[in-house]
Amino acid sequence: MPTTLFQVKNVKKHYPIKGGILRRTKSEVKAVNGVSLEITKGETLGVVGESGCGKSTLGRAILGLEPLTEGQLIFADQDITQLSRRQLKPFKREMQMIFQDPYASLNPRQRIGAAIEEAIKIHNPMNAKQRREKVLSLLEEVGLKREHYGRFPHEFSGGQRQRIGIARALALQPSFIVCDEAVSALDVSVQAQVLNLLKKLQSKYELTYLFISHDLGVVRYISDRVLVMYLGNMVELAPSEALYENPVHPYTQALLSAIPRTVPNKERERIKLMGEIPSPTDPPKGCAFHTRCPIATELCSQSKPEWRAVGEGHYAACHYVGEELNA
Amino acid sequence: MTDILQIENLNIHFRTAEGSLSAVHDLSFSVKKGETVCVVGESGCGKSISALSIMGLLPENGHIAQGKILFEGTDLLSLKPDQMRKMRGNKISMVFQEPMTALNPVFTIGYQLREPLRIHQGFSKKQAHVKGIELLKQVGLSLPEQRMKQYPHELSGGMRQRVMIAMALACHPQILIADEPTTALDVTIQAQILDLINDMKEQLGTSVVMITHDMGVVAETADRVVVMYAGEIVEEGDVETVFNDPQHPYTKGLLASVPKVEGELTQLQAIPGSLPNLGEAIVGCRFQSRCPFAMDICRSQAPPIYEENGHQTRCWMKEGESIADNIVPS
Ligand SMILES: Nc1ncnc2c1ncn2[C@@H]1O[C@H](COP(=O)(O)OP(=O)(O)OP(=O)(O)O)[C@@H](O)[C@H]1O
Ligand SMILES: Nc1ncnc2c1ncn2[C@@H]1O[C@H](COP(=O)(O)OP(=O)(O)OP(=O)(O)O)[C@@H](O)[C@H]1O
Ligand SMILES: [Mg+2]
Ligand SMILES: [Mg+2]
Repeated sequence: MPTTLFQVKNVKKHYPIKGGILRRTKSEVKAVNGVSLEITKGETLGVVGESGCGKSTLGRAILGLEPLTEGQLIFADQDITQLSRRQLKPFKREMQMIFQDPYASLNPRQRIGAAIEEAIKIHNPMNAKQRREKVLSLLEEVGLKREHYGRFPHEFSGGQRQRIGIARALALQPSFIVCDEAVSALDVSVQAQVLNLLKKLQSKYELTYLFISHDLGVVRYISDRVLVMYLGNMVELAPSEALYENPVHPYTQALLSAIPRTVPNKERERIKLMGEIPSPTDPPKGCAFHTRCPIATELCSQSKPEWRAVGEGHYAACHYVGEELNA
Repeated sequence: MTDILQIENLNIHFRTAEGSLSAVHDLSFSVKKGETVCVVGESGCGKSISALSIMGLLPENGHIAQGKILFEGTDLLSLKPDQMRKMRGNKISMVFQEPMTALNPVFTIGYQLREPLRIHQGFSKKQAHVKGIELLKQVGLSLPEQRMKQYPHELSGGMRQRVMIAMALACHPQILIADEPTTALDVTIQAQILDLINDMKEQLGTSVVMITHDMGVVAETADRVVVMYAGEIVEEGDVETVFNDPQHPYTKGLLASVPKVEGELTQLQAIPGSLPNLGEAIVGCRFQSRCPFAMDICRSQAPPIYEENGHQTRCWMKEGESIADNIVPS
């Protein structure tokens, strides 16, 4: 029986935008605007969507790294929405994040061995020697070298720094990891090694991943299910295979059609999205995608489509789901 | 067509706690006017530092031990710091791999976009502001007026990357060096940015050096591909030749590691092992310890470069196939 590890209920995260000389709040960015999910223990849930649609914000919000504007989080049957910092501490250890910009998430004056050890120190009763050994083996596991232990962040390449972030997240043996563009800086061969490592650790420790990425090939490879977001909203959720074989939402279809293929000079049909990307402070009425949707009608500009089932574990928010699209 | 950029025997060293380490060895390649050269290769093989050395922006503990970087015939390495500053962001500009290394967290996006326009193009503050908004629109950011007033931390990863692209395009450079410019972008915006770079190429004859690990981007944009491994070029050729007929075992492994978006899902074939350490003394071919085809000679002697019709490969397996005068001394 699959058990639910994480329940995310109607989560919203809005950021105030300040303006004028007094920097008063003028409006809000609705970065995440009502996301509800059940994440199963041991699965990888991929998250894709346009840049700025709220993926990182969703990741940070559900880890409690930022207060929610609205919504509820239930982790391993416990409501963690209202917990204080201290009460949250045992959960923090279980939940880790691999950050999108590795440079910004590392302290430039701290040697990377110390940075990884620090995380262990807070949560694990180990002596200095054991800790050091643990860090050295983690470095090797992510494809770095033991010699790298005493180096500073700026002495690494972009992809090496990203692997430091991965080692740091794995150090605490968490049960849930948000991987935010965790392999995006890696060339394909190292990427393949890291993806295979993440899969291996997953089956060994029953890890659960929320895997945010722009690389749709990577997402397909690692994910059991995939969530597609647009402007802070969920537009489609499906088992990986169904999503790639039979995408139903016009946004998902456009996204999949735009993937560059690895064949030089091959012409292909790309569904080009028309119109400007709407502003997240003032998202379009009705369906948030209607301003750029190739099949939008009057209805779409007026009423927000419901989230409905279109197949086994396959959901989408579109008025015309199930009908012939792009005829 | 003429070469606008020529890199000749570039050698880059770093001073570190472990002593002086050599990170790039005898790198040579050139870029023609209006051409796009894509550089691919394993993480840590020296792509970014090669690009940074063209910009004169190597980290403090790095230096160029040997070599030339010729831009329109002038050796950039012989320029004084203020002459180099005038080149940067003007004739040659760069999109950096990690946006936060290039964006200043304490200044607004608007300030950072206006400054280079005022310095290099002599724009007034007002003109620069208008141009800044136009640039943000071009890279597909919503609410450009609003973005001008925001700070980097208020933007998403992909938005920061696009701000940096806007900054790099601002002064119509003759060479654009883009280090993983689209890693934080979804495929629809990626397509838009690649089109934008392409338009600039066509209208202004800009040359592009693009570092990317996205083989789809390479297939779509490159005229020529340079494959690096452990500080060296191992293969170079036009994009179709390299993709359809890769010669070096490393290039073959790289192409086989790309996760597929269609067809059957199979276990990814990673190339086993990892890059040698910078300080490691290597006898023979640098890829030898990971190469499934390594022969005795590979373990004892570094291979030369073999060339057929402009397609270069640094591998002993080419030895049997080629005749002696095909060998380019390396
Ligand atoms: N300041 C430094 N001091 C010492 N070593 C460095 C320094 N900067 C980079 N290196 C090393 O030089 C090598 C090349 O780094 P570079 O950043 O060029 O790699 P890259 O090919 O761009 O990799 P990636 O794809 O991961 O970005 C790496 O092994 C890196 O660890
Ligand atoms: N601290 C903040 N203050 C104000 N606005 C913010 C802040 N952080 C994020 N935002 C806004 O929230 C929206 C969503 O940002 P988020 O970083 O979640 O996007 P994303 O989907 O991860 O994008 P990307 O793929 O580019 O990383 C964006 O419009 C962004 O400008
Ligand atoms: Mg993000
Ligand atoms: Mg790099």
